[in-house]
Amino acid sequence: MAELPKFIRPVTAADAEIGHAVTLDTPLTLDCGKTLSPITIAYMTYGTLNAARSNAVLICHALTGDQFAASDHPVTGKPGWWETMVGPGKPIDTDRFFVICSNVVGGCMGTTGPAETNPETGKPYGLSFPVVTIRDMVRAQAMLLDHLGIEKVLSVIGGSMGGMQVLQWAASFPERVVSAVPIACAARHSAQNIAFHEVGRQAIMADPDWKNGTYQLHGTMPAKGLAVARMAAHITYLSEAALQRKFGRNLQNREQISFGFGPDFQIESYLRHQGMTFVDRFDANSYLYITRAMDYFDLAAEQGGTLAEAFHGSKTRFLIVSFTSDWLFPTSENKLVAHALNANAATVSFVEIETDRGHDAFLLDEPEMFTTVRGFLNAVANTVGA
Amino acid sequence: MSLRPDLAAIAEMIPVGARVLDVGCGDGALLEHLATTKQVDGRGIELIQQKVNACVARGLPVMQGDADTDLIEYPAAAFDISILSLTIQATRNPSQVLGQLLRIGRRTIISLPNFGHWRIRVSLLLGGRMPRTQALDYEWYDTPNIHLCTIADFVALAKSNGASIERALALNEAGQTRAMRAEAWGPNILAEGAIFLLHGRH
Repeated sequence: MAELPKFIRPVTAADAEIGHAVTLDTPLTLDCGKTLSPITIAYMTYGTLNAARSNAVLICHALTGDQFAASDHPVTGKPGWWETMVGPGKPIDTDRFFVICSNVVGGCMGTTGPAETNPETGKPYGLSFPVVTIRDMVRAQAMLLDHLGIEKVLSVIGGSMGGMQVLQWAASFPERVVSAVPIACAARHSAQNIAFHEVGRQAIMADPDWKNGTYQLHGTMPAKGLAVARMAAHITYLSEAALQRKFGRNLQNREQISFGFGPDFQIESYLRHQGMTFVDRFDANSYLYITRAMDYFDLAAEQGGTLAEAFHGSKTRFLIVSFTSDWLFPTSENKLVAHALNANAATVSFVEIETDRGHDAFLLDEPEMFTTVRGFLNAVANTVGA
Repeated sequence: MSLRPDLAAIAEMIPVGARVLDVGCGDGALLEHLATTKQVDGRGIELIQQKVNACVARGLPVMQGDADTDLIEYPAAAFDISILSLTIQATRNPSQVLGQLLRIGRRTIISLPNFGHWRIRVSLLLGGRMPRTQALDYEWYDTPNIHLCTIADFVALAKSNGASIERALALNEAGQTRAMRAEAWGPNILAEGAIFLLHGRH
C-alpha cells in the first residue's frame, strides 16, 4: 500500500482554537444542486442569551473575515476584526445582546470548506468542493440558529460580503429577522467588482504551487498568488485620498529611489506586508470559492429582475449604511437597496457616513457609524422589549 | 419637550393612523410626536447626517437624502400625507419638488416663510439691501434659501402644478396660526409664513 499523502492545511490554523463548532447531520442543499453533509459550522458567541431568547444579534463577516469578531484571532493574535463595534458597552453591546458570529461555508477557520477533508474520499475537498453562494452561507447560518434554539434574531448585521448576507437573510427568512443592518454593500456584485475578483483568482491559479487546487496533497501552498490577490483587493478597500494622505510618494527606509524594483515607496512596502501576512491566515482555495460567491450574488435576479420583490411585505426594520469614499460598494449601490425597500413601504433608514477611508471604513473607528448603529439597535430592542 | 408651534399646527392637520412622509424632518420631533399621539406610520428624509442619527436613535425610519433628487424613487400615492416644512425655499427646483410631493402623498402639507411680509418689503424699499429677518438670517450670497417666494407666488405655483388648496393658515413669528384666505392680499403682507394643505390630481 502506498504511503498516504501528507495533508497540510494551508492555514496555520491547522491546530488553532476555532471557538465553538457544531457538526450537523442535516444535509445543506446548495444553490448549485449539490448537498454538503455532514457540515461543520465554527462560531463564536459573546454575551448571554436572555430567557425570552429575544436578544440575539447575528454578525456576518466579510470576504476574509471569520468568527472572531470580538475576540483575539487565534492565528494572528490580533484583536477581533470588529472589536470597535462589538463588546461590552460597544455599539453592539454584549452586556445587552447575545452576539453570534459564524465562519461562512467555504471558509477556512473551521467551517466546512475546500481545505477540509471530504468524508467520501478522505482527502481535502480542494476543487471538488461545490461552488457555494451567499444564500448557501445564509442557509448554513439558519441551521446554526436552529441548533442554538434561536427562532428569531433581533438583528442581522454585517459589512461588505457580510452586508450581502444580511440582505439575503431579510429576503430568505424575513420572519426570523426583526431588524437588518447591511453596511457598505450592494444587492448585486458589479462588473468592476467581479473584474477585481477575477484578477485575484487568476493570480492564485497562475501560481505553480496552486497545482490545480491540490496543493495540500503536495505539501505546497500558492502563497505568492494569494498574496498578489490580497494586494490587488486591498487597493479596492481604500481610497485614493486615504492612500495619498497615509503614504503619498514617501520612500520606504531610503533617501532616494533605487533605480530597481525593490519596495522604494511606502505604499509598495505596505501592500507587500498586507499580502504576506494574509497568507498565514487564509486558504487560497477558500479565497476562490468565497470571491465566486460574491460574484454570483444578485438578489434581484432571484426575483425575476425586480429587487423590490425580494423584500415584498417585509416587516423587518432596516438600517442601511454607506461611506462617501467607498468606490467598491458606493453609496449609489446602497441607495438602490434603500429605494427598493421604500418601494415596498418597508421600514428603512439610510445614512451616508462622511469619510475618506474608503470601503474599509466599516471596520475602522468611525464615530458616526457607531452612533447610528447604537441608536438603531437600542431603539429596535426597546420596541420589542429585548 | 413641546413641539414647535408651526409643527403643532401641521400635526393637527394629520389624521390618526396616517402614513406620513416628512421631507426635511430634522431631528424627527414632528414624526415622533405623530407616532406617539396619532399612531402615525411615519418616514423621514433629512440631508444632515447628525440629524438623521438623532432620528434613527429615536427609532424613526429616516433616509439621509435630498428632496431635489430622492423623491422620484417613491411610488405614487405611497403616503396619505407628504410634508415639507419651511424647506421649499431651499430646494433647487421647487416646482419639481412640489410636483413630486403631490404625486407621492394623497395630500401634501407645505409651510413656507413669506417673502411678501411688509417688514421685508419695507426693509428692501428703504434699506436698499437684501432683507435679513429673524427667520431668514443670512446674507444674500451665503443663504441656503435660494428660492424665496411670497404667499401669492406659492399659490400661483400650486395652481400651475394642478394642486387644490384645502386649507391655508397664516403663521406669525411666534409660530401661532390662524385661518386665512390663500388668495387674499392681506395675508401676503401681514403673515410671516403660511401653511398649506393641498391635494394633487389623484
